[in-house]
Amino acid sequence: MEQHGETGTTGPGAVVTTGLDVVVTTVASDSHTWNLVFLQLLLEELGHRVTNLGACVPDALLVAECARLAPGLIVVSSVNGHGFPDGLRVAAALRARPELARTPLVIGGKLGIEGTGADARRRALLAAGFDGVFEEGGSPGAFPAFLRALAPGGRPPLDGAPVPVVSGARR
Amino acid sequence: MTGPRTGAVARGGFGGFVARARAAGTLVVQPRMGMADPARMREGLRAVRDARAVTVGTLTLDSYTRTGDLAAARRALADGTGLNGYPIATHSTATTRAVLGGVADGGFPVQVRHGSPAPEHIVRALLAAGLDATEGGPVSYCLPYSRTPLREAVEAWRKSCELLASAEEFGASPHLETFGGCLMGQLCPPGLLVAMSVLEALFFRQRGLRGISLSYAQQADPRQDEEALTALGRLAAEHLPDVDHHLVLYAYMGVFPATPGGARLLLEDAARLAVRAGAARLIVKTTAEAHRIPTVAENVRALETAAAAAAGEHARLAGSVRGGVRGEPVLAGSGRGGGYGGSLGTAGGAPADGRSGGLVRAGGLPAGALRVEDTGIEAEARALIGAVLDLDADIGRALVRAFAAGYLDVPYCLHPDNAGRTRTSLTPDGRLLWSDTGSLPIAAPRGPRPPILGSAGLLAALSHVRRSYDARAAAGPPTRTPLAPGRPVPLPSRTTSTPRRELGPTTP
Repeated sequence: MEQHGETGTTGPGAVVTTGLDVVVTTVASDSHTWNLVFLQLLLEELGHRVTNLGACVPDALLVAECARLAPGLIVVSSVNGHGFPDGLRVAAALRARPELARTPLVIGGKLGIEGTGADARRRALLAAGFDGVFEEGGSPGAFPAFLRALAPGGRPPLDGAPVPVVSGARR
Repeated sequence: MTGPRTGAVARGGFGGFVARARAAGTLVVQPRMGMADPARMREGLRAVRDARAVTVGTLTLDSYTRTGDLAAARRALADGTGLNGYPIATHSTATTRAVLGGVADGGFPVQVRHGSPAPEHIVRALLAAGLDATEGGPVSYCLPYSRTPLREAVEAWRKSCELLASAEEFGASPHLETFGGCLMGQLCPPGLLVAMSVLEALFFRQRGLRGISLSYAQQADPRQDEEALTALGRLAAEHLPDVDHHLVLYAYMGVFPATPGGARLLLEDAARLAVRAGAARLIVKTTAEAHRIPTVAENVRALETAAAAAAGEHARLAGSVRGGVRGEPVLAGSGRGGGYGGSLGTAGGAPADGRSGGLVRAGGLPAGALRVEDTGIEAEARALIGAVLDLDADIGRALVRAFAAGYLDVPYCLHPDNAGRTRTSLTPDGRLLWSDTGSLPIAAPRGPRPPILGSAGLLAALSHVRRSYDARAAAGPPTRTPLAPGRPVPLPSRTTSTPRRELGPTTP
């Protein structure tokens, strides 16, 4: 696993030709990273190449990195409860760049402070420009299924692995 | 401070309070707690002060204040959207003084907890409000939670430390706690946690601090944690002979048990570990930890649960020292430290480890009292500390160079200044091992190399503690009677006979 502007290596024995270049990121307010580490490992195991932007990614940095890397998929993960408002803002910023207007873009994690309202959040996030919303408590196979549809040559997920929410320590 | 430690100055304030509790054989317990509303913050502090335990108070700051976005903190206060902590740099000094007035004093010191890679504004605000204790570190509050360049965090922490230390001229007793013993909270082998804690303490000392605590976060195996804390105590005594210091244990900082029973068992194990391995202070976690920010009542219950478990462990160890109880952990038997207090006899006896000056262990037990298996944690920490100190006489510069060279490399940390070449894994019984040491100046793992974790393995390792403690809670306690949630926790008379006022300062 590598990070920060370097293209990650693929999982052992992966067939790389059909894998995607994926940017894994969180939002500016979120300092959690275990979720990002997990996603990178998962995506690499599925044969994709990952650039992991790490904690607290400012909108401008995210847009600049995506414009530079021209990834086949952008994965936004947030677990601090501010992912919904931050996600709306990030989607607008990414979609405003012509070269990123059609890049597949998904968001997941723990996106709201309240446990309720996932449906309304999902509709608003899709309207803002996301192609997939994978909230904690949603269907476990949904994200791997999305990836398969996106990159049919990618490797199948291990046991239809769910995308759990992994958060970290509170100081 | 009582006891035979050489060089350490008798102090008031936060460090002095903990030292007096330690001398009385009592573990100090402390919550994480912060609310935006001054009245609620004050009520929370009062509840912590009045808990049936020897406590210190906490002001946990909100994340806008942590990241220095004071405009956002002001907006949130103005429009009432809520904050996840106390905005100490946004509320007026008068407001914070009113929160603390009549609550915080020498008998109830209050520490500010934040998480900022650049905390000058926080230090300025806490000093203005009459406080002098806080925590963090140039590495531990930079790498895990921010993308601030390490060089900038080191510079900001240098200024912050010098500012905090300067308060000594005005009669304060500045105290700073390392967060280096936690880092990412889990999956970091103890040798690196111990080394980081010592290195941050040395950074604080070089910047003028004379009151320091060294943190270590509970991991997944009590024996490994005992060995780590023992090593930390020994290294701290060696490297900080002229500094008033103690060890502080954080109850588990990773994915917490989901059940109240599992959470309570884990907290009780942390309290017992602190007592056995020489920590003077414990920062608790609550039964709500896995789900949300805890209430004041949940925090108070956690403090009382931890204090009761600690007192029980003290009594058990005292019994096994006196009587050599069968089946109990083997204690050295001789060399009782001068600080232990009544039940073990007083009189500063010969230090157990033969060092001059008598290294009384933080929890009141003599240094070396616990016979802990040496799996190499101390040697690993020494190698890391030595390699870093060799890089530059200025510890801040040495830290920056060490990360650039990969001599320090925090596993799974995504920060741009972290090499990211180390990997770890967890044995089935919870021991942390290196699976890849990257460029760390330590020996490669002995024997067959543990596997590099994949995504499923990472998840399993991250949730190991949750799973095992939830399972233990479901199976029921083997010997101890479970404490019903919300029920008053009986405290042994030993603890209640150490009233708070006796731990207060003897001078104003």
